[in-house]
Parts: sequence; structure tokens; C-alpha cells
Amino acid sequence: MSMTGDHTAKSSAEEMRIVNHAVPKVDSEALVTGKAVYTNDLAPEDCLIVKIIRSPHAHALIKEINTERAEAVPGIECILTYRDCPDKRFTMAGQTYPEPSPYDRLILDQRMRFVGDAAAIVAGTSEEAVRKAMKLVKIKYEVLEPVLDFRKAKDNPVLVHPEENWRSLCPVGADNKRNLCAHGVSEAGDIEAVLASCEHVIDRVYHTQANQQAMMETFRTYTYLDAYGRLNVVSSTQVPFHVRRILANALDIPKSKVRVIKPRIGGGFGAKQTSVSEVYPAVVTWKTGKPAKILFTREESMTASSPRHEMELHVRVGSDDEGNIRGIDLYTLSNTGAFGEHGPTTVGLSGHKSIPLYGSPEAFRFTYDVVYTNVMSSGAYRGYGATQGIFAVESAVNELAKELGMDPTVLREKNLVREGQVMPAYYNETAKSCALDRCLARAKEMIGWDEKYPCRDMGNGKVRGVGVAMAMQGSGISSVDTGAVAIKVNDDGFYSLMVGATDMGTGCDTILSQMAAECLDCDMKDIIVHGVDTDISPYDTGSYASSTTYVTGMAVVRTCEKLREKICERGAYYLGCPVDDVEFDGEKVTNLKNGESISRKDIGNKVMCFNNEALSASEAFSSPTSPPPFMAGIAEVEIDKETGVVEMVDYAAVVDCGTVVNPALARVQTEGGIAQGIGMALFEDIVYSKKGKDYSNSFMQYKIPSRLDVGNIRVEFESSYEPTGPFGAKSIGEIVINTPSPAIINAIQNAVGVTIRELPATAEKVYRGMQELKD
Amino acid sequence: MEIRFILNKKQISIDVKADAVLMDVLRSLGCKSIKCGCETTNCGLCTVWIDGKSRLSCSVLAASVDGCEITTLEGVEEEAAEFGRFLAAEGGEQCGFCSPGFIMNVLAMKRELQDPDLEEIKEYLAGNLCRCTGYMSQLRAIQKYMAAQKEKEVQA
Repeated sequence: MSMTGDHTAKSSAEEMRIVNHAVPKVDSEALVTGKAVYTNDLAPEDCLIVKIIRSPHAHALIKEINTERAEAVPGIECILTYRDCPDKRFTMAGQTYPEPSPYDRLILDQRMRFVGDAAAIVAGTSEEAVRKAMKLVKIKYEVLEPVLDFRKAKDNPVLVHPEENWRSLCPVGADNKRNLCAHGVSEAGDIEAVLASCEHVIDRVYHTQANQQAMMETFRTYTYLDAYGRLNVVSSTQVPFHVRRILANALDIPKSKVRVIKPRIGGGFGAKQTSVSEVYPAVVTWKTGKPAKILFTREESMTASSPRHEMELHVRVGSDDEGNIRGIDLYTLSNTGAFGEHGPTTVGLSGHKSIPLYGSPEAFRFTYDVVYTNVMSSGAYRGYGATQGIFAVESAVNELAKELGMDPTVLREKNLVREGQVMPAYYNETAKSCALDRCLARAKEMIGWDEKYPCRDMGNGKVRGVGVAMAMQGSGISSVDTGAVAIKVNDDGFYSLMVGATDMGTGCDTILSQMAAECLDCDMKDIIVHGVDTDISPYDTGSYASSTTYVTGMAVVRTCEKLREKICERGAYYLGCPVDDVEFDGEKVTNLKNGESISRKDIGNKVMCFNNEALSASEAFSSPTSPPPFMAGIAEVEIDKETGVVEMVDYAAVVDCGTVVNPALARVQTEGGIAQGIGMALFEDIVYSKKGKDYSNSFMQYKIPSRLDVGNIRVEFESSYEPTGPFGAKSIGEIVINTPSPAIINAIQNAVGVTIRELPATAEKVYRGMQELKD
Repeated sequence: MEIRFILNKKQISIDVKADAVLMDVLRSLGCKSIKCGCETTNCGLCTVWIDGKSRLSCSVLAASVDGCEITTLEGVEEEAAEFGRFLAAEGGEQCGFCSPGFIMNVLAMKRELQDPDLEEIKEYLAGNLCRCTGYMSQLRAIQKYMAAQKEKEVQA
């Protein structure tokens, strides 16, 4: 038997027919012609409409709920309160069991923990009836003092979670009696001694704000019972398998009773890695037996969702006179809000994916606290803490360059991590594939750094500056994330590729099909892809943590290898020869001894008659390592010296994501992440009133970038080859949001001398900074 | 109240409440391409044409379109698919949720502007938000599509 063999070893584009080519997405035609493929397009007409009555107080206890008049409204099916829901805590975080996020939620609770917390669920046959009933539910609250300043939350006498049945499943340093969701330290070497002996130490505090993912499709779910009495859940989610467990936990029912289906998703960016909307229609359907749906309004998606963790980061970076970075110390304080979803894990990335950018310093220390407060729960947002940490560390390095009087790109060239280096702050993993040096060099060329650094006065009251930053991320969660794939051979030899990874617009249905077509030596059209239905799809942790290309991609490669073996075996059997004599070229199995062959089509049809062995394969993959992609980003901004308004001019980004599986999709991922990062750097901010009400409750108050706000974005790839990845690939989805904030802040600094340490860099902050410099 | 209008070249007569919003009425008539993204007229997802002009159907009362001609993406499917191929070649549709409203406005722009330059294109489409955000790829797709259209005209 001879096989095309080790597909991880294929490297150059010349060898590959489909991988590394810009194949259009397999679902593109349906999307561009507006077909009914999203959750709300598919929901049955007779669904009960589910809405939530939300707390007007940041911290309160429900003393009394009177639903009598509301229940009398014609069309009202049920009104549920905390008395109707299990008193068994769970987490809405979509993570592998046992979840690091504490079990601190109930579907409905007597204690309200933020303005917008769910107080009651109303379900009825029409929107109108439900709205009317919501007004008639009378709730008496005992208003309590809230914890709103996350700097004062730890050991505050006011506890966000005083309840006795709060549980932390993992040793993450959580303690609800101290408002602590997590605490930890990791270090190598004697950081205090190293910093004490450094000629230069930058000691700064940075603040990153909470951000909304603001995907265009808000949270939404519909539910129904099937013929077997099982709860079927169709939801806009990134984590179908986790949702199955979360709902079983929340409703206190066996997991076998729950089926989760993911249709097309209108964007996620991490928001839908938390089960934000699923429990509400699920409990209604489970109680009433009737189909139900919830569509979050944009306002709800802005005020009761799963935004980026606000963080305060205290960085100390020490170097010698020549700019050799000798030690980095980072303390991160993270605000998880009312619930701990993704609290213990996001914070880890703020150190573990920022410090390792700088080769091997003599010592590092990374300490953190994650605290509960009475604002909406935070969650997962693209970058997942790395974005915050990289902003702080990269900004500190830029401030070090300023102190040394050194070009910040030169300082980086001296210190950046290189291929083959061990990264002590990244779990001592070795950078087996790393083209960060080439990324930085190319980004400098693209922008014309040497001509433009630090700034150019345009002579019209405006000044242009350039600024730089580097970034890394992971490729899946090492030793945790698991992707499984199944491929079947059908009549006429077409393949069905079953994946549990969730395409949310990112294109993983396409790139996984590309990999399968490459491995099976067939065309894309010979493969149909199906995902995700937890009853049918092989298990996958879900699409998050930049895992799909790397983890699920490798599962595709392994599955294809196994399937090729099986096709050879069946082919040899039908040809009546030993399997060692045959070769499969994708179209036919040939007996190399006599040239006789049988086509894949014939094999596909033959196995459907008088056959005792299914022609299919299913393999899983999980990796003990998480190879980081790397990138360099350089921003050019123009600042109005009279007003402080910052405009994006140009952005040059060069990414090392290993082998690029689909250049068009990788490019749009990068452009999109940068555009989101520009919003974070310049204007996006969740602002609360003194009483904890979220003012940023619509696109009026929470501006996201329009196509007039992002300037020109240019993307190139400098590929390394990741030996443990499929076709040499690493991840791309998250890293791309990490450079804009530090690069833009550096560009502002280089243009007008103002250093912004609290995001976003609004015109007001830049203007005030300029005034202070004048004084 | 009963209103009558033309929807994608078909005569419609329908009983609506006085406060019914056009977006909801059109979705109930099967035009599922129309999406709601914001409730505050910021996102452009619900763009349709009323008498040939782009409008946000979330902020138009159904009662006010009595006698009008309405076009949704379902009514220009072939043209949408043609432009969509350029969009997909760049990967510019991504999650696709904003695509219908965006494409309606691109096709409206094609009818309204002669040879728009980059800035004119960006301004015309500024009200079509895309969080994925495919702004750069969409611009490339539009330029290539417009060039191809021109070539077609020259040949014809």
C-alpha cells in the first residue's frame, strides 16, 4: 500500500492544490443572496416569545414578586421567577469540564447583581402580550450597596456572592468571601534582584476598558421538544457541546436530554463562548413543552452580555543601557463583573501571552487578582486577556525605548523572541516556528518606518506619527482542547465531513474542507461539510482559543489518513489483491502489479451492498503544546493639533500564522481584527453611571468603527512552518486584534509626545495631554 | 388597516397594524434576507429600496409604503449573486449577517453614482456597519465588480 502519506509535511504552495489557495467560502452563495440560514430565520412561527424582566438596581434582593395581573394578560403562557428555577449553581462559560469559571449562576436568582440582571422570565404567544405583561409584574427590591470600583472589590465588606452554594471546581485561587474569582502567581528567577540591578526600569500602570464584541447578530436561541421528549436547542453559539452541558446543569436534567444545533452564526468574536441567551427559552420549553425563542435586543446585547474584561495592569520592565531587556514584572487586576465567566482564564493570557514576546529575560513574575463587582459579567472577547496584557507590556516597552532614546523597532529587534528559543513565561514551550523578526522587518518596509519615524508635521495643523507593537496568541488550549472529525464515503464516492467545530463566519467549514480535499486528493465539490449538531457531530470543544485551524485541522489530517487506509483496503478487496499492492490516487485504487483499478465511485456504491464494514473514519486531536502565531503591526495616525482628534491613516500588519490555509480568509481575519482593535484603541468604551447603569447601551452611545474610521489596512504574511500543525499551520483568529491599541498609542506618542495609558485614546485625552505638555 | 404595495414586482395587499414596522411586515412576507442589527438606525442591516431608494426598513412604518414599490434582496437575487461572487472571492462576506443590507446599498450605489472613487464609495456605504469587519475586502470587491461591469458595457 502506498499513500500520499504525511500531510503535515507538505509545505510549499506548489505541492498543494487546495490548501494555501483563496477558495471562496462553501456557504458564501447562501449568505450573499440572503437565504434564511440564521437562528431567527429558522425558528417556527408558533414559538412562544420569551423576554426577561431585568433588575434596575446594581445590587438588590427580590423581596416580593407579584405576577397575578401579568398572568391574566391574554396570550401569556408563563411567568417564571427564582422560585421556579433549580437552586443549583452553574457557569455560563463555554469551557471544558471541569470549568475554571466558578459555578456562581442560577437561571433566576433572588439576588440581583448588576443593572440588567434577570429578575423574571415572561413567555407568551405574541411580542405585544409579553411586553404588556412585563409592565404588570410587580417586583419589590431591597436595594443593597453595590461594589462598583474594581480596585476596591477585593476584601470589600460588600460581597457579590455571599451564597453558600457558590462553587469553584478548579484550584484557581477563587474565594467568594473575598470577592475573588481567581488569584495566582507565576515566576522564574529573582525579579526583584534583577530589576534592582537594571540601569533602567519603567514602572507604569495601564488601564484597558471593557469592550463589546458587538457582533451584528445579537444573542438568540429557540428551543422545542422533539418526538422523544428531548430538549432541542437551536442557537447562535460558538460552543454547542458546552451549551449541552450548561443547559443540563442549569435545568438539573441529564445531558442525554439535550441536543444543540448550530446554524449559520452572525458573528461571535468570543461573545457566544458564553451561554448568554440559551437558558431562558430552554427553561420555558422544559416547563411548558412548547417551542420558545428569545432574541436579545441590541440594548440587551450591550447591557447584559459578555464583554471584554476591564483590566488594570502594573508593568515593570528593566533593561541595561544598551536596551537588553532583563526582567518583566506584571500585576494584572481584572474585573469579572457579577459572574466569573472566563475570569480565571482570560487573566492568565494577560501575562503568558505578553511577556514571552521578549525572548528569555533573566527573570519574570506575573501576579493577578480577578474580582467580582456589580456590573455585567465579562466574558471572552477575541484576544482573551492577551489583548489587554500586550497593550500594557508593549506600551511599557515603547516607554522604555523613549527613556533609552532608542527607536522602538530597534529595541524590539534586540529582544524579540526567535525561532528555537524557549519561552519561560509561556509554560517553557519552545518557539518551534517563529518569524516574528521577519514580520517586524517587513512591516517597517511596508510603512516606510525609517522615513516616517517618529513623526512628520504636515504643515496644516496636523502631524502624522508612526507607532509599533508586536503580538502573539496561542493555537488552542494545550492539553485541553480536543477536536474530532468524521468522514464517510457515500454513494458515487462523495465524502461527508462531519465537524464539531463551529463556523461563525470565520470560514472553518471551508478551510477544514480544503484540508480534507487536499488530503484525499479530491476536489472541494466531492466533499460536503456538516456542522454542528451535538447528536451527530463528533465532539469538539468549540471554536474559541484560536483552536480550529490547528486542533480540528489536525483531526482532519488524521481522519483522512485513516480513511485512505480503509479505502485502500476495500479497493484491494474488490480487486482481489493484497493491500500492499495498491495505491489510492484520490480517484481510484490501482493494483500496481497489473494496472487493474476500481474507482472511488464504484467503491462508494459497492460498500452499500453486502458489506460488513462501514467505509468511514473518525479521529481526534489534542495537543500538548499551543504554538503561538506572531505578528508585528505598525500604525500611522494623523493628529489635529488643535482638537486632539486622531485619524487612522495607514496600518501595516505582517502575520506569521504558519502556513496560510486560505489566504483570502486569513487576510480578512487580519483586516477585521485590526479594525476592531482600532475601535478599542480610539473610541469603544463601556461607561457606567455612578449607580452602575450601563450608559453604552446602543450603537449611538457605543460607537463601533464604520468604514470611514479605519484608514487603510494592509496585510502581508511571513510564514514560518509549524511542525506540529496541519500543513504547517498555526492560528490566526485572535492575534490580529492585539497590535492596534499599543501601536496606535505609540504613534500618538511619537506624533505629539502624549502618552495615553488609559484606553480609549479619545480626542479629549489627547488634547488634554497636549495642553499639559505646553504648561 | 389594509395597505397595498408592490414587493419584488408582485402586488401585495395586507392587513397591518397602524404601528407595524416595514421590516417586520416584510420578514413576515418571507423576505428573510432583511436583518435587524440595532434598533437605533445605525447599522444598515435592514436596507431595502422604496421606490428605488435605499431606506432602513426598521424605521419606516408599513402604513407609509401604501402604493410604493419595494425591493428586497430577494427581488434582485441574480444581481446580488453576481456581486456576491466578487465579495466571496475576497472573503468579504464573512459571517454574512450584514451582507443583504450592504449588498442592497452597493447595488443602489451602482445605479446612483457614475464611476465613484474610493472616498465616495466609503461615504455612500458608511451607514452599513460590518463588525467582522470586511471593510477593506468589500472595497476590493466593489472595485473589481465595477471594473467588470464596465468591461461588460464596453463589450455590449
